[in-house]
Amino acid sequence: MSTIQAAEKPPEDIEIPKPELSIVVEFTGGLEMLFSDQRRHPLSIPVTNKEGNPLTIADLIEHLCNHTMKDTRKELFVLDDHLRPGILVLINDADWELEGEEAYEIQAGDNILFVSTLHGG
Amino acid sequence: MDSVTNKAEQLREKIAQTEKELQNLRRQLNELESPIQNLDVDQGHSSTSTTKQPGEASSPKWKWPLREEEYSRYGRQLILPTVGIKGQLRLKSTAVLIVGAGGLGCPAAAYLAGAGVGTLGVVDGDIVETSNLHRQIAHSTSRVGMMKVDSLVEYCQGLNPNVTYVPHREHLTPQNAEGIVSKYDLVLDCTDHPTSRYLISDICVLLQKPLVSASALRTDGQLIVLNNPAAAQGAANGGPCYRCVFPKPPPADSVVSCGEGGVLGPVVGVMGVLQALEAIKLIAGGIGKAAGSDPKEPVAPSLLLFSATSTTPFRSLRMRSRRPNCFACSAGSTLTLKELGSGSLDYVQFCGVTTPVNVLKPEERISATEYKDILAGKSHKGLLFDVREKEHFDIASIPGAVNVPFSILQRHGRPTVGYLTPEHLSDTIPAEAPIYVVCRVGNDSQIVTRRLKEMGLDGNGERDIRDIKGGMLAWKHEVDRTLPFT
Repeated sequence: MSTIQAAEKPPEDIEIPKPELSIVVEFTGGLEMLFSDQRRHPLSIPVTNKEGNPLTIADLIEHLCNHTMKDTRKELFVLDDHLRPGILVLINDADWELEGEEAYEIQAGDNILFVSTLHGG
Repeated sequence: MDSVTNKAEQLREKIAQTEKELQNLRRQLNELESPIQNLDVDQGHSSTSTTKQPGEASSPKWKWPLREEEYSRYGRQLILPTVGIKGQLRLKSTAVLIVGAGGLGCPAAAYLAGAGVGTLGVVDGDIVETSNLHRQIAHSTSRVGMMKVDSLVEYCQGLNPNVTYVPHREHLTPQNAEGIVSKYDLVLDCTDHPTSRYLISDICVLLQKPLVSASALRTDGQLIVLNNPAAAQGAANGGPCYRCVFPKPPPADSVVSCGEGGVLGPVVGVMGVLQALEAIKLIAGGIGKAAGSDPKEPVAPSLLLFSATSTTPFRSLRMRSRRPNCFACSAGSTLTLKELGSGSLDYVQFCGVTTPVNVLKPEERISATEYKDILAGKSHKGLLFDVREKEHFDIASIPGAVNVPFSILQRHGRPTVGYLTPEHLSDTIPAEAPIYVVCRVGNDSQIVTRRLKEMGLDGNGERDIRDIKGGMLAWKHEVDRTLPFT
């Protein structure tokens, strides 16, 4: 833990490679169209956020917007700094509301699924 | 051209009128025939089953709870532990309401009718259209123009005449919801819009009806059993409602309909069949005394995802229970039947309405007819970008159009001129040659036109960039009637 923190506070936070977490992020219900039409994204993400705290779902959403999403229609994923209404987040196949929502701290090996609700019938 | 358009308009009106008359006649016939049909069936059984004429009792009295024909009809499900005679009798005494007689409602109604529910109600105010038939399998080519409700009842009647069918030839509204839903024990949400989904959920919470909700789009489907157990507002043991899962509606602009996004028949079919399955499980197991009453086996709400193109097509996800501050089902909820019925809750407003795109000035747009004249004229024809998706473009396009799908433009990240060269802006085309943009109905084309100008493609006004008002739909109406429109 101490080594991670040491690595987290370099004098200039660019050159030194940060420790990363391997997770799988998935999109379904049409959201995959915002992410290069690819449902499954194995990702390596920083262990901590800008403030040096453990990476949460909120941080992951920001990371996805800045690094993974190539589409310009950010508003279809994020609205007013939060996930757009109508998108469910499943952490290891469980509703994120069972896990602390945006504050959930991401663990190595987590599977995070973003589902856009469908309305057709 | 004008007289042709007028004539066509007159003909269209006449067709619409005749269709209405036809629909009316069909309904009359349907109403006339259904009691006769039921009577026939009853008479067919009277010689062998329950209703015995006095003095005719040569064979012993029928002493079983179902009629003889029902034992043959339901035999294959009767012998399953999930159903059994108890479950079958429960099915027979249960009234199920299907809201929406479309891609979900057709298969769901068919299987529930086949399984022998006592009463099957169907709510829908729409009529059958040709574009429905690839997935709404209970309707038929000969019933295009008929009310969906009547068409579906006719189909189910043929499948199982023992069921009492109740057609509700209207859409569910806050005003009629209580009157309709209160007559049923279980509701299936087979509709296609957030407004109806919130309304159905609210009325099911207020009337304490379990709700089987499904949806489908393109190649994906979702299924969730809500309000199960259907406890009173504020009861902690009640299952979550639609608002617990989706407290806020999605922005109206993000809602994609089957008409816009497309849908594969078997995908929506699978979801409708699964709704019937969940309903049968609930009913046969005894609504109200389902797993929830057994403390060892609490109802764990789950959402089933179906992705036809995924390597794991089915995925079950654990969902939250009731939301403590839920607008509808929490202890603090102020939602009442009176409030709902008064219409003071505006579901359309709540879910928002899409506003047509209007980002271009009138002089930045041309009509389809004007573009036709440009094509016929001597001046440089310029370039025509068709920004519909490839699948639309491949079906039919304006001669000479270049397909630059909107989604690819959106996906490209920072707009760069480079993306559009060299394929789209070949050197052989003069820098001042105009660019025209066309899409399906004239919304995306405005956004792309604005974008191309921002990219500097207009060379500070050297080059004319405009969109075609009304898109391919306008082209079909104004220029080329033969164009197949999707």
